Amino acid sequence: MSLIYNEEQRMLLDTAQEFFAERSPVSALRALRDRGDELGFEPAVWQEMTELGWSAIPFPENLGGLAFGYTGMGAVFESAGRHLSASPLLSSIVLCGSVLELGGSEPQQEQWLGELITGSKRLALAVDEGARHAPDQVSLSAVPTDTGFQLDGQKVMVVDGLQADGWIVAACTGQTADAISLFIVPAGTVGVEVQPQRLIDARNTARVSFTHVQVAPEQLIGELDRGAAILERALDRGRACLAAELQGACESLFQTTLEYLRTRVQFDVPIGSFQALQHRAAWMHVELELARSSLMAALAALDADDAQAAQRVSLAKWKVGQMADRVSGEAIQMHGGIGVTDELDVGLYFKRIRVLQALLGDADYHLARGYQDNRSSH
Amino acid sequence: MMSSIEAFRADTCAWLEANCPASQRGPARDGELVWGGSRVEFLNEDQRLWFERMRERGWFCPDWPTAYGGGGLSPEEDAVLQQEMKRLKCRPPQINLGIWMLGPVLLEYGTEEQKQRLLPPMARGEVRWCQGFSEPNAGSDLASLRTAAVDAGDHFVVNGSKIWTSYGDKSDWMYCLVRTDPQAAKKQEGISLVVLDMHAEGVEARPIDLISGKSAFCEVFFDNVKVPKDNLIGPLNGGWTLAKRLLQHERSAMSKFGDFCLPNHFDLMEIVNRYLPPDRQTPSDIALRARAQSLALDEQAYNLTVQRMGQQARAGQDVSGIAAIMKLVHTEQEKQKFELLVDVMGHRALGWEGDEFGEQELAISKAWLLSYTQTISGGSSEVQLNVIAKRVLQLPDAPKGGAQ
Repeated sequence: MSLIYNEEQRMLLDTAQEFFAERSPVSALRALRDRGDELGFEPAVWQEMTELGWSAIPFPENLGGLAFGYTGMGAVFESAGRHLSASPLLSSIVLCGSVLELGGSEPQQEQWLGELITGSKRLALAVDEGARHAPDQVSLSAVPTDTGFQLDGQKVMVVDGLQADGWIVAACTGQTADAISLFIVPAGTVGVEVQPQRLIDARNTARVSFTHVQVAPEQLIGELDRGAAILERALDRGRACLAAELQGACESLFQTTLEYLRTRVQFDVPIGSFQALQHRAAWMHVELELARSSLMAALAALDADDAQAAQRVSLAKWKVGQMADRVSGEAIQMHGGIGVTDELDVGLYFKRIRVLQALLGDADYHLARGYQDNRSSH
Repeated sequence: MMSSIEAFRADTCAWLEANCPASQRGPARDGELVWGGSRVEFLNEDQRLWFERMRERGWFCPDWPTAYGGGGLSPEEDAVLQQEMKRLKCRPPQINLGIWMLGPVLLEYGTEEQKQRLLPPMARGEVRWCQGFSEPNAGSDLASLRTAAVDAGDHFVVNGSKIWTSYGDKSDWMYCLVRTDPQAAKKQEGISLVVLDMHAEGVEARPIDLISGKSAFCEVFFDNVKVPKDNLIGPLNGGWTLAKRLLQHERSAMSKFGDFCLPNHFDLMEIVNRYLPPDRQTPSDIALRARAQSLALDEQAYNLTVQRMGQQARAGQDVSGIAAIMKLVHTEQEKQKFELLVDVMGHRALGWEGDEFGEQELAISKAWLLSYTQTISGGSSEVQLNVIAKRVLQLPDAPKGGAQ
């Protein structure tokens, strides 16, 4: 198992760093936020990302992909994290693309995957219903009708759910909690209502309500009641990419903080010369290194289709999430008063990091999951 | 045609196969390795055979020149020998700090007379060496050491004491840092490296009992010990440079040692599941399990980091930033793990001796207490953090009084 980028992946990392630094720096996110942009990303930047081939990275060649793997995807996500660059790469490609790749019928794949990859359409995944991530607690119901199914219920924390061309919805279709089915619901379907959930990171997050929504049998992805396994694999890919984005954001924020420690003078000396701060900075470095190893192991396990992949992903989301708590909290504290002002980018990183931590399961969620899967794999 | 190095590999492999007894392969338990010296002891005939055969071949120090009793191997040949020994799982024929640490420094800095006098007995495994660095008042701040060596014509007179000297009571000779110039402008500039006979008059070594019980550590006292000037290694007052060199060799020596000792590894979750019934869910069970899970995951993150460091090193990437965290993380994690085990096991991990407690329970008590030595010895956690802050993160020097 390789825990480092190979030469091709490193080249992709370099390209992505340059691209986001130039085309989607933190100032771009600040501008989107300040004008209250509902879409939450720049369509032109997304278009260029698809032209660079990044939306094709994870898919097999027979589905129009590059088969470049999730380690390659990780390189793009960590670069995006460094610059807080916004795009629907997670929602439309990693999450919905994976569901279609893993469970979609040929007509479904033909209808959607090509357009997702070119960026002319995009989908959003609707899973969570409560305050915390809980993909196994779905109460949105899909009841059989003469013509198909009727969906009733609400989804929250739908990433890039506003102005999407459709949603992939997890619904409960049986008596037991694990009887979950996945449906694809195109935009414009009667009974679907989308509302913004304005979060601290100023991205596109939606509440999507389904009232007597009629769907045809062809809109079911995979087998009835058997959606949980597909969903879980897609979520794991998303979690690993989120961990990569977090890692990138934290590494960047740490560098900013170190620079401040070296240059901010108080009591006639740089504050970075104080041992009280040096030791805390050293611990941040330690946590970043441990998190990096966990992240790389998760990406490698996904690419190897390892039986331990789920455990590795939870280890990564746990470790990276825990590290991110420390690094982002310390970044504000070490910047002092200026650190809590909106003028500095530190706050933008802090807020995005908190949302990334909560998405698809925070450290506490993955602590229990990482351990359970670890046990069952022995 | 086989290249000469491949021919050497074939010969070496054949010789090791024929001469390394089966019992001398694979990891050793605590106390199963041979320490060379004037009072060398063998647990069995195989150990003696392996010791003598390697000695006759000059392979206690294969890469030293034959003139000093070494094997005279080129660096390539030495690397092949190490690879073959590792592949065949041959144990080192002896443990000897002299060969691993002092030897390379003598080869680099010693006079011809010193090399002729000190190296051959070392290469024959006849002398057991110990290290005299730390002092009661010079721990993390090693350069503040005070053991004095006063010029008395043809010899120095040494007074003072050393602490944390492993096997000081069993060693024949010590390489020792002493203060030869108390007036030096910088404390690092008044230090010299000498070698001294542990059997000389005025030397006394006393074993130290730790919170975990008996230990290999000693305190060594010097009372007007005469050390001939021929035993000064390197320049007078130039010992600090040599000491740093010795500590570099210590790291590789310790890793060699680590390769052959069975790790005292306790499987955290296995023990937790034994002491906390899986079907019981009291509030304290839940809290303890959550702590255990997070420590188990952190241990995985550490093991993956060890792997990643190896991969980066092989790919020719800089690993100094990762290497700097290893000792700190490992020892701090071990301490947390044993603290948790003590909480999980309750009084079963508080036993000292006797039939009331199982062998593993007593071993965990000892290992827990010992874990407190690990975050102090070999560069305390605080020193490790200083090193990370300065060398890795390039943070500015502390205004005054801070550790370097």
